[in-house]
Amino acid sequence: MHSFGYRANALLTFAVTILAFICAIASFSDNFSNQNPSAQIQILNINWFQKQPHGNDEVSLTLNITADLQSLFTWNTKQVFAFVAAEYETSKNALNQVSLWDAIIPEKEHAKFWIQISNKYRFIDQGHNLRGKDFNLTLHWHVMPKTGKMFADKIVMSGYRLPNAYR
Amino acid sequence: MDWQGQKLVEQLMQILLVISGVVAVVVGYTTESFRTMMLIYAGGVVLTTLVTVPNWPFYNLHPLKWLDPSEAEKHPKPEVVSVASKKKFSKK
Repeated sequence: MHSFGYRANALLTFAVTILAFICAIASFSDNFSNQNPSAQIQILNINWFQKQPHGNDEVSLTLNITADLQSLFTWNTKQVFAFVAAEYETSKNALNQVSLWDAIIPEKEHAKFWIQISNKYRFIDQGHNLRGKDFNLTLHWHVMPKTGKMFADKIVMSGYRLPNAYR
Repeated sequence: MDWQGQKLVEQLMQILLVISGVVAVVVGYTTESFRTMMLIYAGGVVLTTLVTVPNWPFYNLHPLKWLDPSEAEKHPKPEVVSVASKKKFSKK
């Protein structure tokens, strides 16, 4: 503490240490946020359902996605990444997960939405197991923070079924 | 900056920085703004720097008082006396 440089060095070192602490506190405070997101997905139409030339089944769906993810946002949230995946079981794989749609939600104001859209990514099976198949539609989200730990969770919606015949 | 000044500046630096951190977290949390927290903390660091890094006059209120030279003459420096030790050589 006997020279300008020593005092500046001590101050900045201590300041950066406290900065690490307040960032840790900000990240830790996310654990106490009351999160109750809700989502609902309807399949309005199966546009087409075909077998590809090399054998895999492929489906095009029109989805009606309604979601309220505003409660995921805290003061430490940079953005929320949300995606809808079709999940089903086959004899080959216990879990098949196909992403159909995703979005990056940068603000709380955009986190309550209603959207009607065909699947953004192709719904293709590894084989031809989709005829008459029951599947879940799962909305996953990853809450990306400004600093610290990322949280991820999902809502599983079941009861969806593909037709028995190609169309 | 004298000894008391250095001690004061170290204590002041730590106190001001901790207070800045606490205020930043509290205000940031209540206003739900991470940016506000960072701006308040940055302001606190700048303020602390201005207060503690320069050698302000109030850090020099207790200058070290050296002894007057005449006082030193009353207490002369002790002389080192070399004593030659006598060694006895015993012959058998």
